[in-house]
Amino acid sequence: MAGLIIAESAIFTIFVVAYLFYLGKSITGPMPSEVLETPIFYTICLLSSSLTIHLAAKSLERDYTRLFLGFWLLTIALGGLFLYGTAQEWHRLIYEHGLTISTNLFGTTYYSLVGLHAFHVTAGLIMLLMVAIFGFVGRMGVSQSDRVAVLSMYWHFVDAVWVVVFTVVYVLGR
Amino acid sequence: MSSNVITVPVGQAQARPWVDELHQWLTTVDHKRLGILYIVSSLLFLALGGVEALIIRIQLMHSHRNFVSPQVFNQMFTMHGTTMIFFVAMPVLFGFANYLVPLMIGARDMAFPRLNAFSFWLSFLGGLLLYFSFLGGSGLYGAGSAPDVGWWSYAPLGARAFSPGHSSDYWTLALLVSGFGSIGTAINIIATILCLRCPDMKLNRMPLLVWLNLVMAGMVLIAITPLSAAQIMLLIDRYLGGHFFDTQAGGSAVLWMHFFWIFGHPEVYILIIPCFAFMSEIIPVFSRKPIFGYPVMVAATVCIAFVSLSVWAHHMFTIGMNSYANSFFTLTTMAVGIPTGIKIFNWIGTMWGGRIQFKTPMLFSIGFLFQFLIAGLTGIMMAASPFDWQLSLSYFVVAHFHYVIVGGILFALFAAFYYWYPKMTGRMLSERLGKWHFWLFLIGFHLTFDVMHIPGLLGMPRRIYTYEPGRGWDTLNLMVSIGAFIQALAILVFVANLIISYFKGARAGNDPWDAWTLEWSTSSPPPAYNFATLPTVASRRPLWDAKHPDNPDSHYE
Amino acid sequence: MSMLKINSSTLRFFGQAILLVFWSAMAAWASEPKGSSPHGTNIFAPASTPAKSIADLSVFVLVITGIIFVVVFVLLAYAVVKFRERAKDSGREPAQVYGSTQIELAWTIIPILIVVVLFLATARVIHAVQDAPEPADALDVIAIGHQYWWEFRYPKLGIVTANELHIPVSDPSHPTPTFLELLSADTDHSFWVPELAGKTDLIPNHPNKMWMDPQRTGVFLGQCAQYCGVQHAKMLLRISVDGPKDFASWVGAQQKPAVEDAGAVAGRRVFERNACMNCHQVGGTPADGRFGPDLTHLMSRATIAAGAAENTRDNLRLWIQNPSAIKQGSLMPAMKLSDADLDAVVSYMETLN
Repeated sequence: MAGLIIAESAIFTIFVVAYLFYLGKSITGPMPSEVLETPIFYTICLLSSSLTIHLAAKSLERDYTRLFLGFWLLTIALGGLFLYGTAQEWHRLIYEHGLTISTNLFGTTYYSLVGLHAFHVTAGLIMLLMVAIFGFVGRMGVSQSDRVAVLSMYWHFVDAVWVVVFTVVYVLGR
Repeated sequence: MSSNVITVPVGQAQARPWVDELHQWLTTVDHKRLGILYIVSSLLFLALGGVEALIIRIQLMHSHRNFVSPQVFNQMFTMHGTTMIFFVAMPVLFGFANYLVPLMIGARDMAFPRLNAFSFWLSFLGGLLLYFSFLGGSGLYGAGSAPDVGWWSYAPLGARAFSPGHSSDYWTLALLVSGFGSIGTAINIIATILCLRCPDMKLNRMPLLVWLNLVMAGMVLIAITPLSAAQIMLLIDRYLGGHFFDTQAGGSAVLWMHFFWIFGHPEVYILIIPCFAFMSEIIPVFSRKPIFGYPVMVAATVCIAFVSLSVWAHHMFTIGMNSYANSFFTLTTMAVGIPTGIKIFNWIGTMWGGRIQFKTPMLFSIGFLFQFLIAGLTGIMMAASPFDWQLSLSYFVVAHFHYVIVGGILFALFAAFYYWYPKMTGRMLSERLGKWHFWLFLIGFHLTFDVMHIPGLLGMPRRIYTYEPGRGWDTLNLMVSIGAFIQALAILVFVANLIISYFKGARAGNDPWDAWTLEWSTSSPPPAYNFATLPTVASRRPLWDAKHPDNPDSHYE
Repeated sequence: MSMLKINSSTLRFFGQAILLVFWSAMAAWASEPKGSSPHGTNIFAPASTPAKSIADLSVFVLVITGIIFVVVFVLLAYAVVKFRERAKDSGREPAQVYGSTQIELAWTIIPILIVVVLFLATARVIHAVQDAPEPADALDVIAIGHQYWWEFRYPKLGIVTANELHIPVSDPSHPTPTFLELLSADTDHSFWVPELAGKTDLIPNHPNKMWMDPQRTGVFLGQCAQYCGVQHAKMLLRISVDGPKDFASWVGAQQKPAVEDAGAVAGRRVFERNACMNCHQVGGTPADGRFGPDLTHLMSRATIAAGAAENTRDNLRLWIQNPSAIKQGSLMPAMKLSDADLDAVVSYMETLN
């Protein structure tokens, strides 16, 4: 998983570089400062999901399977909420401000970067859901805690990437 | 050392029907079989890429030839480059890594066998996708069209506006898919080496091949991924109306160049480092001495890995970077030549004072040393950016990189084939055919690629489907083309050797070369489980210790 | 068996030595300048300061790398010959040497020193060429790369032409260099005339600059060096370096509007009624298209289609009738004119001096 994270970090780095490089270079169209609203609430959701998954993993190590499932489902809910927030933001950008991936350089780089991240969140949620199903049919126990640790590494990575994306897009870029 | 083979009672080891055998091969997760699959598939693509090269050379034999149309020629050089790098060189090196790494560290298999299989099939699928473009590439019009944008697909040439149809998309997707396969293999190699070594094999007792494949795998993780990212951006541009490289919308063609070469330069080190690994295993055995300066060889390789991440813009000296940027990349490019040069000295130091046996693997290794030296020096010439303002984009560069890839990488690969084929198949390759292969190929190689430098010096750019008479390029190109056919002949000899020796070669036994690393302690070919008991090692050359109990390496390390 | 081994290794050594001699001979032959009119494309026959600075640096680099090559080759050849296995040795292993810190230190430090020297020499030339200030009386030319032709504009002189550049010869005591601004209308190209300067790319949305001060008159050849599409190979460059009088008269002629020849009225009408004027400009007439080359002084050029064919009546006729016959994939469409119209318009073209 560490290897995968290194590789994925390189991919995200390239998208971040493209985003930063093109800041201020759009010839037309809405500019970041005009249309971006900082998604504080949804960021808190995603970052807290790191905490809940950590608690879930710890619970599983001690074989508290119910507690594990509880924290795990909370993680999924928080991740899902984050995705909903992204969808809502995109809806607003597209329909109220007319910003799409093909509008201008900002549109292209913004949707690509945030979209790539959202894709990774989605993939993570699918994996988390699969584990949740295993949990419901009673297959999750302390013997699975290594695997859960690897999966939660991925989830922490997704959160860390969001910290970077958030800073680059919503803090620096405006 | 106890026997490493579990004997199977005679009745059980029966030949299976061929359908079963095929099924075994298609669903295998055994690193040895996957290694062979990688190697065989790369030989198939080598044939395809080679035919493309011959078509190019026939067209360029003299000025104003009409052997193929400009469109076809442009497809040929694009496909030739893409095939050779992504579907010949990378897979064959992954194949050898797959086969040898677990054996050399005393492990049962790679860390993630199913990921291993998945990575191979992804890589193979990428190759099929690329070649499917000949059938499906023009999309709407139904006729096929292979990509013709060069293997770098510079922006904006790769954009929808300049590459309509789907030929470019096949290029993009094929590389994206096989790139994911490469990343999977790299993760596997790293996990295997870090976690599955036999208990006494500390990191500084690993064979150099293992060390170098570890470094290579690490580089794959951070160098292939920029290309994947750029491919995704290109697809967004082509299909979703994005503007990453759309110069009309303020996008930057230079950004593509940066992203591509941030991948492209480390990529060539990814290709050469496993070849250094082969040399570091083969030269000692045929000089009958240990590698000279093991710690420095490791350190130099790590150094090369890091420095090579900082040299990429030497492919961009002509694009108009300012003088400070040009100077910086000149410096880093020259600097990366230092650890590389050191390795050549260490190999010569290994041979020095030894008893050199001129078996075929060693012949190819000596060829490697001579040719890699020259290739490195022409690289230093181009590192001097003003010199590069003349040499870049000309046949001098083409000669340089073929010198590295054919004279260096391919020669090292041939050495590896002749060295490890006995282990993989249980049969020796014919020395006689091997020597024919070597001398024919050497002559053809030098005729083609030594001469090829000269048209570059005389102003011949690359990627041109024809050229003007009266520039002094005609005779030189003819010589280059003749050499290409000689090399093709040599390859045929090689393939004949591979096939004939499989059936008629002398039986190899465990250790035909009197070598020192763990793979030679198993049978040839090794059993599926590799080792019956976990090996114990006390030094870098466990078999030397076993054969020379009075003078083991463990006394000196 | 051992005889075979000796033959193999000695053969190897002599084989490599032969290659060495062969290669040096080729390099020597290649470095002779080839003929003078038009000049060749040999990077070691520089006729302008940037090309000369590069050539001088190149020789320096070649000498150093040559010395490195000889040293390492001798070591390699010596090792291969001296330490080969002989019949009387087989069975005994040689002394197992694991390394030597002193030797390894030496062969690390010496290359570092070589790199420092090479880098410093190179950095000087980089700055000299790239950061050269533009003198007030330099000639400014804007070069715009197209798929598959070159557009040249002289902003201060009011001249627009295509594919063949005329620049003044530069007297070293009172230099009159030409500074080119490099732009692109579509994809990447590269301006390479080896005997006048190193190449510089023309990249859309990324203006570049280069300069040259040719010190010999004559015609210098080159071509596009960055793959730009199907007819990249036929995007040739022809630079005429003129003495002061010739250059002045060329400028004067180019600044005039198109020649009006009463005998070519029919052809001119064909030109203006068909789509020709949408792409091509003929100064002083309603034709002011920018997509294709400026034709105002077409007959002052030696070639057409960026060097793909000589500028003769037959070639011109073929080009207009069916460009694919000369340059398949070029963006000039076949005009599908009747024979009469075709002859008329070619006659008109022939009046455009």
